[in-house]
Amino acid sequence: MRNVLNTGAAPVELDEFQYDNKIVRDFAIASVVFGLIGMLVGLLAAFQLAFPQLNFDLPFTTFGRIRPLHTNAVIFAFVGNGFFAAMYYSAPRVLKAPMWSPLLSKFHFWGWQLIILGAAITLPMGITTSKEYAELEWPFDIAIAVVWVAALVNLVMTMLNRRVEHIYAAVWFYVASFVAVAMLHVVNSVALPVSFFKSYSWYAGVQDALVQWWYGHNAVAFFLTTPYLGMMYYFLPKAANRPIYSYRLSIVHFWALIFLYIWAGPHHLLYNALPDWAQTLGTVFSIMLLAPSWGGMINGLFTLRGAWDKVREDIVLKFMVVAITAYGMATFEGPMLSLKNVNAISHFTDWTVAHVHVGALGWNGFLLFGILYWLLPRIYGRSLYSNKLANFHFWIGTLGILFYAVPMYWAGWIQSAMWKEFTQEGLLKYPNFLETVTQLAPLYFLRGVGGTLYIIGFIVMIYNLLMTALNGKLIATETAKAPALSAITHNDPQEHWHRRIFERRPVFLTIMALVAVAIGGLIELVPTFMVDSNVPTIASVQPYTPLELQGRDIYVREGCYVCHSQMVRPFRDEIERYGEYSKAGEFVYDRPFQWGSKRTGPDLHRIGGKYPDSWHYNHMDDPASMSPGSIMPKYPWLLEDELDTTTTAAKIRAMQTLGVPYDEGFDQVANKDLQKQAEKITESLKQSGIKTKSDKEIIALIAYLQRLGTDIKAGQGVAVK
Amino acid sequence: MSALFILIGFSLLAALGFLIAFVWSVRVGQYDDDYTPSVRILFDDTTPDSKAAPKA
Repeated sequence: MRNVLNTGAAPVELDEFQYDNKIVRDFAIASVVFGLIGMLVGLLAAFQLAFPQLNFDLPFTTFGRIRPLHTNAVIFAFVGNGFFAAMYYSAPRVLKAPMWSPLLSKFHFWGWQLIILGAAITLPMGITTSKEYAELEWPFDIAIAVVWVAALVNLVMTMLNRRVEHIYAAVWFYVASFVAVAMLHVVNSVALPVSFFKSYSWYAGVQDALVQWWYGHNAVAFFLTTPYLGMMYYFLPKAANRPIYSYRLSIVHFWALIFLYIWAGPHHLLYNALPDWAQTLGTVFSIMLLAPSWGGMINGLFTLRGAWDKVREDIVLKFMVVAITAYGMATFEGPMLSLKNVNAISHFTDWTVAHVHVGALGWNGFLLFGILYWLLPRIYGRSLYSNKLANFHFWIGTLGILFYAVPMYWAGWIQSAMWKEFTQEGLLKYPNFLETVTQLAPLYFLRGVGGTLYIIGFIVMIYNLLMTALNGKLIATETAKAPALSAITHNDPQEHWHRRIFERRPVFLTIMALVAVAIGGLIELVPTFMVDSNVPTIASVQPYTPLELQGRDIYVREGCYVCHSQMVRPFRDEIERYGEYSKAGEFVYDRPFQWGSKRTGPDLHRIGGKYPDSWHYNHMDDPASMSPGSIMPKYPWLLEDELDTTTTAAKIRAMQTLGVPYDEGFDQVANKDLQKQAEKITESLKQSGIKTKSDKEIIALIAYLQRLGTDIKAGQGVAVK
Repeated sequence: MSALFILIGFSLLAALGFLIAFVWSVRVGQYDDDYTPSVRILFDDTTPDSKAAPKA
């Protein structure tokens, strides 16, 4: 049933239809406005590390809550809305059909902006799941799924109603992005709600970590990479007015890229308590990823062969060339960082931060800037307001990336080297972790300068685009003409409806894309869940007490994981510094896991019993009082606020549902147990001369911190089957 | 170690699947013309909507 060209002599009739530019404009505005906010929040976070006073001693402005706000805003609001603007412009033009449902387009727009608004309110309030780039709580997760699927349906229906036979590869990348993110988001967000704004992850410990980084890595792949590759495949040829270097390469690298990417997640957990085979898979596939990634970069850069003179003149191409180059560098660096020996140096340091910002500022930012400079004049029917300002943006932005990345690479290497350095006597050269942090203060400041330069360029762009828009008039719709698909192809009128829906190529393509991305996930996730030997149980590891559980939720709320890992890797220096390395069986009651991905402060997995209760009390009130020079924010409200014990019973019941072996009916007496343990800690504080009440939040947090990593000592770490 | 055997078996299976998919895609003609689509997107043939365009 191959479609063949209709070679009949009669001239075909042309359909007339309209492209909607308004939705494009709306998404572009949302991207730029939220982008500015997200970057300013990032700038605040950057300077907080150099000047801790900027945490303002307020719950809403501490680094632990600000950093998730920054990452969510720039990924989902800036990059996300930018992708949607580009997609709503390019997909209808490629398919020669307006978006199938303007209503769904509107629903997508307003739904997405409301979710972003919700994130901007709830994240500073400490309402978080603590899973990186998936911090939003369960009501938002459901809303995201609904809006996301609505957008996917709209796109696939537009493909079914297209007026060209072949679907241009850019749209393949869009579809794969939607399908993969839907799968990742749904699987990673499965949680048991305790209340409207609190839930516990369905997965525990090692499994939770694997699912999270399977998601986390592929949020990079399918939110920051494949959509932007699709955009590159449309807007780069348009801007250069020449076809892509190799269309065949774009197809081959599409399938290779989406198939390989999904496996790479475990490279975020190298030397962690993840089964070795999963770590190795992550590394191997990350190395293989170099091929399709560079396939995309080469395809982009070679499109400009023989046209480099244009790049000298055209501001749009300038931005795109830097973007594609940044993509090439980041996707070379990624596989290198996935090698275990390189990762042993880079992991938990600012090297990772440098790496992602080359991708985010260079690839996503610059590609989107190039597209906006191309797009806005077109839908406003005039030329760009000022080429000079755009050039200024280009140079200050490029400088900004350099000033951001170089100090962070430097910081990563310095800190890692300091962590690992031993004296000739065999002792740690820098036993005080803080020494390795204060060393970085000038670099943190320089990084902030880089960010400032980048944001100045961004603001100049906003002014330039605004003036372009004000001096033009929005061309709300454009009319196009094309023959209907049925007029140029031959279809069997007898075919059944299910054939039309399920066997036509757009749906087949969508399903095949899902299959390609699902394979890697299944192979990594299913055995880790099904095979018991992957997480050896340790008899002495017991569930948290009610007070510790409440304390843990405070730890999650304050975003402690943003700066502190709970994962001692099996390295000589880490065992010397922190204690016994972390075992998979120690995390079976951790929902969500708190392994972290960055050590701005020291690892906390073996913190239990290391300091007296009074140390923690004073340290949370003012970290510098216990560790002079500390850059950790103050948490005075923990000493004042009363612990909400009304949730205890519901939390215990939720944990029981998830399989935690609390005794039957324990939820009813949990608060009594909590009270008893709280009194004990209050008493110990009193003996150190600290007067406080047992109902304060700080008591619960101290209980949790003192429990951390201590269970294994009771059983000498013997694994039992 | 047993994971290794499962993985080797699975890799061969996946590779076979991709080989079949590739042969299929060539046979149904997906690679017959891998140039025209890249050129076609360069032409838009649109006109601004008369209602929206400013009337000079």
